[in-house]
Amino acid sequence: MSVSSNTSSGATALAYDLQALTVRHLADDAAPPALHEIQLSVAPGEHLAIIGPSGAGKTTLLATLSLSQRPESGQFHVFGQEPWSLSQSARHKLRARLFLAPQTPPLPPRQRVVTAVLAARLPQWSLWRALVSLIKPADPEAAWQALSRFNLGDKLYSRVDRLSGGERQRCGLARLLLSSAEALLVDEPLSALDPALSELTIATLRREAAERKATLICTLHQVDLALAHFPRIVALRKGRIVFDLPREQVTAEMIDALYHGEPRSSKPLPKHDEHQAPLAVGGCL
Amino acid sequence: MNTAVVQLRHPDPAWRGRVMLFIAFAVVLWPVLVISEFKPWILFDQQSIMSTARFLADFLTPAHSAEFMSMLVEQTWQTIAIASAGLSLAMLGAIPATVIMTQRLSVSSLGTGRMHALSAFVRHVVRAVLVLLRSVPELVWALIFVRIIGLGPTAGVLAIALTYCGMLGKVYAEILESSDAHASDTLLRNGASRLSALLYGALPESGAELVSYTIYRWECAIRGSVVMGFVGAGGLGQRMDESMKMLAGSEVSSMLIVFVLLVAAADLVSKILRKRLG
Repeated sequence: MSVSSNTSSGATALAYDLQALTVRHLADDAAPPALHEIQLSVAPGEHLAIIGPSGAGKTTLLATLSLSQRPESGQFHVFGQEPWSLSQSARHKLRARLFLAPQTPPLPPRQRVVTAVLAARLPQWSLWRALVSLIKPADPEAAWQALSRFNLGDKLYSRVDRLSGGERQRCGLARLLLSSAEALLVDEPLSALDPALSELTIATLRREAAERKATLICTLHQVDLALAHFPRIVALRKGRIVFDLPREQVTAEMIDALYHGEPRSSKPLPKHDEHQAPLAVGGCL
Repeated sequence: MNTAVVQLRHPDPAWRGRVMLFIAFAVVLWPVLVISEFKPWILFDQQSIMSTARFLADFLTPAHSAEFMSMLVEQTWQTIAIASAGLSLAMLGAIPATVIMTQRLSVSSLGTGRMHALSAFVRHVVRAVLVLLRSVPELVWALIFVRIIGLGPTAGVLAIALTYCGMLGKVYAEILESSDAHASDTLLRNGASRLSALLYGALPESGAELVSYTIYRWECAIRGSVVMGFVGAGGLGQRMDESMKMLAGSEVSSMLIVFVLLVAAADLVSKILRKRLG
């Protein structure tokens, strides 16, 4: 009890506070937990990248942070509140303060881009406002501004199924710019983008988060980009946090061990590999 | 030789099941045919061929006298009105039922996979009501309403409204459940309400299917109102019943042509709307 009150009083300052959090997928009880004893504290306005090989639990972690996956055990605080002991409606209100941008852009193919982007405002809108906006978009100017930050201004009135994969991904992120969330959870925002757009996209996300003093948590496959843009790197492997360090302290050996199946405790790789490691990682992803 | 060996090495695990299924079907279906007195050869009996021929010969010259035509137009209009009014009433009940039933849009199951006990109970109740509504055929509803409120179109409208409410609610919910949940799910996860997730996530995914199913049901309602006309629920069916009893093949023929035109029109509307939405 004292532990819980301790953490919650400390957590008022924190955007996220996870203590020994274990998460299991809903479908299979028998499978090992997707996240194991996760220990993570994130301050408001902090930017961090989550890296790790496929299947490490990055997406599950974001699902947990966005309150769409209930943890099995451990302590979990969001903005100082325990979401899973709140009432259902209070928890849903809390969800409106978080924004999850999934890896596959969640845009119905037959919807217009302007409607899809403005859908970010739904938690604030009344049902009537939402209905009217389906017929006459409520704030096309704001949608256009969000889109043009990702070079998509000319697609405002296109239908989503006319967009390319990369355009859809950026359209999904333009929706993020219109939300009023205080924590932005972005899953693999660059998976369909070329290097130049990747730079633009990450820079836009970081600037937006900084402007509204929001927490930004971003999973990334591109380790080099994560290291270049994010001050704090959290590495996941097989559902456990392998390291959680400022980027200056992340070494090529650590990255190599993370991706090439060597347990962290085993010896560092031969010297000549150290130099190539980031390249090799970028290459195989 | 070679192929035989190959077959032995890779026996199709599904083959035996398929053969057994086929035999089971045959065993079940034969008694069904016997019980239902399926005797198509009766159609070719000498006497029935004669009377059928006379009746059918009349069909070649559809009735088209001015008096008959004005009656036909009026009755056609009444049939369309019965079907449309019945279907609109059905939708009034079906849409809220769909919104309640669709599990996709459940906020309480978000993250837990389990629905709140109360909402699960409400869902079951709504589902049961819909089953009840559609398990009674519209013809039976029509007979009941003809007894209660007398002959006329009102009985037809109410009968269609009740049965089709059950059908529309069930199928709407199934269409929504079977479409891609990603969009509506993400909206819910980001704090949108149930109805706005429906409007911005689920409807754009499956709007075209919903519209085309509704128009198909409108088409069915037209046909249904004809059948119900035979028990006195108004519209073309009631006239057709009279013409049938008088063996007036030419009148029946004209009415059948009108049915074909109505169904074709419904098909056209559906196609146009699907094109616009899809």
